[in-house]
Amino acid sequence: MGCVESMNYEIVLRDATFKESRDYIRSNFKESIDVQPGFRIFDVHVIGLPPIAIGLDGDFVIFPFTKPCHGTFLLRVEDAEEAARLRALKK
Amino acid sequence: MLSPATTALLVLGCPQVPVQTSIALYLINRLKKAGITPVVAGNKAANTLLVVSDPDRHYLGEVIDLDRAIGLITDGKRDFDRCFVFIHNDAGVSYAATLGAISKAKLYALVYGEHFDEQEKKIDFPCTVIAAKAVHNPLPLKKAIDEVAPWAA
Repeated sequence: MGCVESMNYEIVLRDATFKESRDYIRSNFKESIDVQPGFRIFDVHVIGLPPIAIGLDGDFVIFPFTKPCHGTFLLRVEDAEEAARLRALKK
Repeated sequence: MLSPATTALLVLGCPQVPVQTSIALYLINRLKKAGITPVVAGNKAANTLLVVSDPDRHYLGEVIDLDRAIGLITDGKRDFDRCFVFIHNDAGVSYAATLGAISKAKLYALVYGEHFDEQEKKIDFPCTVIAAKAVHNPLPLKKAIDEVAPWAA
């Protein structure tokens, strides 16, 4: 998983479809932001069908992480700076 | 006659479906014969299957890590004229949509596998879909590719 492996992440969903991941974020988090494929979160370029939903929950960022053999994982990572950066994009 | 600079990116999926490696080598051969320079991007296993299958690099040219390829294209450091995405699962559709959004390449979705029709239905973005039920035997997908002849388009 590259740099993601070194993060202290929680797996919210595993082996999901991209649509399941997007629906989960929209129905479980009050705050979210839509981004385009390739958008960089931490050191990850997000993969998926646009728009890609990113969840925000306090200092936590919830984002899809896709691998060819394992489908899409929804990861939850605590990072106040990244959460603030993403919130700023909404304005 | 195509410019020698004409390039194609082959985006490999998970190599668990056997036809991927042989179709990739076949497509690389056809592209090269048409004067198109193919570049392969996949995960370690998918790339290694190709590298081991073609040790003297009769067919293979440049092979790069999939995440690195996505990063290079997203950052505007690299792009291609054509892009072929191998799709047999949901992740493959996601990668194809991503390439369609970040690259200026003409996009081809190569859809195969036992449940190719389920994946084909998810494709709602602009691309040329080449689909066939092919798992162990690559000929149905080869035939579908030959009918489109993407090296000549």
